[in-house]
Amino acid sequence: MLLIKKLTEAYGVSGDEYGVRDLLREELTPYAERIETDTIGNLYVKKGIGKKPRIMVAAHMDEIGLMVVGFESNGLLQVKTVGGMDERVLVSKPVVVGNNHVPGVIGAKAIHLQKPHERKKPLEIEQLYVDIGVKSKEEAEKLVKIGDYVAFMASTHEIGENCLIGKAMDNRVGCAILAELVKIDFNLELTAVFTVQEEIGLRGATVAAYNVHPDFGLVLEGTTASDVAGVEDTGYVTKLGGGPAISFMDSSFIAPRKVVDFIVDIAKKLDIPFQLRRLTTAGTDAGAISQAHAGIPSAVISMPCRYIHSPASVISLADYENTLRLAKGVLQAIAEGGLSLEGIA
Amino acid sequence: MEVDRFLTEIIAAPGLSGYEQPVARMISATLGRFADEVRQDQLGNVVVLKKGKGEKRPKVLLAAHMDEIGLMVTKIEEGGFLRFTSVGGIDPRTIVSQEVILFGKKELHGVIGAKPPHLTDEEERSRAYTMDEMYIDLALPEAKVRELVSVGDVAMIKREAIKLNGTSMAGKAMDDRAGVAVMLACLQELQRLHHLADVYAVATVQEEVGVRGATTISYGIVPDLGIAIDVTHGAMPGVPEYDTCKLGEGPAITVGPNIHPKVASELIRMAKEYNIPYQLETATGPTGTDARAIQVARGGIPAGLISIPLRYMHTSVELLDLEDIKLSGRLLAYFIAAVNSEYVEELACF
Amino acid sequence: MKELLKKLSETYGPAGREDKIRQVIQDEVKNYVDEVFTDPMGNLYAVKKGKGTKIMVAAHMDEIGIIVTYIDKHGFLRFSNVGGVSPQILLGQRVTFGNGVVGSIGVEKLDDIKKLTLEKLYLDIGAKNKAEAEKLVKIGDIATYDREATVMGTRMIGKAMDNRAGCAVVIQALRELKETENEIYAVFTTQEEVGLRGSRTSSYRINPDLGLAVDVTLVGDTPEPPQLNVALGKGAAIKVKDASVICHPKIKAMLSELAAKHSIPVQLEVMTAGGTDAGAIHLTRKGVPSGVISVPCRYVHTPVEMVDLEDMANASRLLTAFLSSPVKMQEAFPCALD
Repeated sequence: MLLIKKLTEAYGVSGDEYGVRDLLREELTPYAERIETDTIGNLYVKKGIGKKPRIMVAAHMDEIGLMVVGFESNGLLQVKTVGGMDERVLVSKPVVVGNNHVPGVIGAKAIHLQKPHERKKPLEIEQLYVDIGVKSKEEAEKLVKIGDYVAFMASTHEIGENCLIGKAMDNRVGCAILAELVKIDFNLELTAVFTVQEEIGLRGATVAAYNVHPDFGLVLEGTTASDVAGVEDTGYVTKLGGGPAISFMDSSFIAPRKVVDFIVDIAKKLDIPFQLRRLTTAGTDAGAISQAHAGIPSAVISMPCRYIHSPASVISLADYENTLRLAKGVLQAIAEGGLSLEGIA
Repeated sequence: MEVDRFLTEIIAAPGLSGYEQPVARMISATLGRFADEVRQDQLGNVVVLKKGKGEKRPKVLLAAHMDEIGLMVTKIEEGGFLRFTSVGGIDPRTIVSQEVILFGKKELHGVIGAKPPHLTDEEERSRAYTMDEMYIDLALPEAKVRELVSVGDVAMIKREAIKLNGTSMAGKAMDDRAGVAVMLACLQELQRLHHLADVYAVATVQEEVGVRGATTISYGIVPDLGIAIDVTHGAMPGVPEYDTCKLGEGPAITVGPNIHPKVASELIRMAKEYNIPYQLETATGPTGTDARAIQVARGGIPAGLISIPLRYMHTSVELLDLEDIKLSGRLLAYFIAAVNSEYVEELACF
Repeated sequence: MKELLKKLSETYGPAGREDKIRQVIQDEVKNYVDEVFTDPMGNLYAVKKGKGTKIMVAAHMDEIGIIVTYIDKHGFLRFSNVGGVSPQILLGQRVTFGNGVVGSIGVEKLDDIKKLTLEKLYLDIGAKNKAEAEKLVKIGDIATYDREATVMGTRMIGKAMDNRAGCAVVIQALRELKETENEIYAVFTTQEEVGLRGSRTSSYRINPDLGLAVDVTLVGDTPEPPQLNVALGKGAAIKVKDASVICHPKIKAMLSELAAKHSIPVQLEVMTAGGTDAGAIHLTRKGVPSGVISVPCRYVHTPVEMVDLEDMANASRLLTAFLSSPVKMQEAFPCALD
């Protein structure tokens, strides 16, 4: 709870993952045999070096956000989106700008000043500005640079029944679970990779998989929970509280049936509620890992998040516990030789 | 002066994506004069190696793509008219009534034709020609066309460099032969500077069809860092200021996730130290340049990007300021002269 | 080739579930090569050992399909596409799963056919309720068109000619190939239809000197066709370019010369959209000079794809000639500037 709160409240827009990386490095250094970064910013935490098989578990640290691209003469900041942002979410949200965490708000013309036909249209990014409360471009330039990243500002707290609300649940939930796994000893070589730049094209995982060259890759993710009003049952991707979601296909990879069945069997054996992720679009780091070197068998376990990619995502703490249990169960089963990597396809 | 002359020559030369050999020869001849070694890889990338002096020599990759967009014959119609598709991103509206050079069994001159306005109704005239509606007319009898031309032959817009007012120049293929000219300017500057790093100046192939040359050359060379040199949109009416850079005000240094922060900051530091004007450009995701491929090659290669501001990109009148090329060459040379093994080791420390 | 193609076409093997088609192909090639093996992506390698140039020949064995995403309480299945499946073509089709389960594609009430999307379609496998359906298929199972292959004259009509026609061409060439100094890695690749995934990893593994893909290509010889040069029945096609690759000019020239020498009818092909395994192979590691031999095919990605058996025979002859010719890499593909 404390770790997931700290991780979600940290800032780490794609390409600017410092806040999350520093936090994880501090948290995990006592447990690591080796801890290092690479030239793109991935954080590697290694345990059981030299053991077999070599397993890479990846969770991306980055979150979607904005970037400062220019200044208005009155000091408002012009911005563009980083990653797959639904621009309709942006208006009237608090944000922080740059590594000095300058506070700001996303403003737009007040509804009173908008004509009736304007009110029906979503506000586009060109109509939105980050206001840091300065009077001029010169004043703004003292606090902010072109290229500074902008992240949502939101505190994480409990809501409803055993749920948590906050920003960046995608994918700090994966980071938190992976951090918990690092603290457990498994009889295998574990490289936990906290990857960068997933939201802009799986770029961190692409180089990480090349560097680690594992026998098997497991990705921990946050995914859409669409069990909400207005969505038909047939259209659910996952259900909040329905347990960890196992992927059989997304736009970046198709899971070998054998691997899906292996994970499903573990969930059944350990009596962990689970679901299959019923969306075949959107990519994950597994796409990059499975295509590295001469091909690496991979799997994805995701945690359902409602209102994903917004500063108010909701997760279930029961899902969190169950996802951790399942991921732990998978690593234990692999350590015991439960997954034959021969003829996996 | 030599840089201007070199650019004038190479922009007129043919070198479509996948068919870069004519321009590759010119580039290797000129750049090779400053190098210890020149070679070409299996995709056709021209690699010009200028060695550094010292025990520990980091490898620095410079990548500017030499390929240009153009046309490819898809079908020979009755009458000898040639249907075509584009190689790379071409706006069909910019090629109407252009003279072209087609590389068949020999060089052939032609023109891009379409149904004339007199024969089209008002509705047709109100919309732009599509590529399907146009054809290359060689003004030759069909039999002659079939003898000299095959499906798959390539053609380019015929255009010599156009010298404009002051230090401005326009022409085809400035994107990205301007970047190749920057490499020449940089190699010239390096003649009088001491540098530890081995410099691999690479004129890359097939950037316009998906940064393909940079993909294989980054894998092959395994540099400690790589800087792509490309062009960016120049300021013009109707385009937001933050989406453009100004001609004549120095190289644009890109910041964003595709670019290693310490490479960008070092380029900026060097520009300030040596009084080289520069501009900042933002890229919120992977850029459409060779830097996109460099950053994720093998186990990751720190990438930088500097760009020459240019107007009318992907037309045959791409316009730029020659001063920006020289300034970019100088900036790169000073940057390279400062690269040492401590600096490149730091690039893996986040 | 006729019986072989019919068998390959009718075998189940969508992207990601290529086990059945892999087994069939393995049985067809194993007696003609020195070694066969598979990898974690499911690619099948058939190797003819040699001391000369290492050539990779890739033909993808996967086909397009639909993947089950949901089973409702009445036993109807919802699905998503695996590769380029269009809802218009799925309408009214019969599909089959790897375990023999067959189903009909139905559509929700629709006031305008233009509004047809995959979400409006469902699959009915004859189950009376969810429990019954779940005994027959699982979420994540993939179905393909259910279609018998039929010969009409020199042509064959059926599903998955893309790219079982290419597989048949490669198998035929392996059978006919006499002694050659080249080392040949024929790879029947997986997951081409979802992004050239099998060829990417297999070419990395092999690290070949040269790459050649064998795949189908679109034609421009039907009523109101796209502006394409290739016609059915006019020979094998030598690819110049598609969206994934600009073929190495030298390989294109070598193929054209061999065709002329052996009097094999060929056509040059420029495809304005779509890709092939050569797209992944040529960008492997430091770069691999690559080309493509194509089989002209009408109605690609429908259950009534049509190929001409004579085109395939010509493609196979051309491939055999290419694989038999000694290639001196240093001379044919000099890395230095001349």
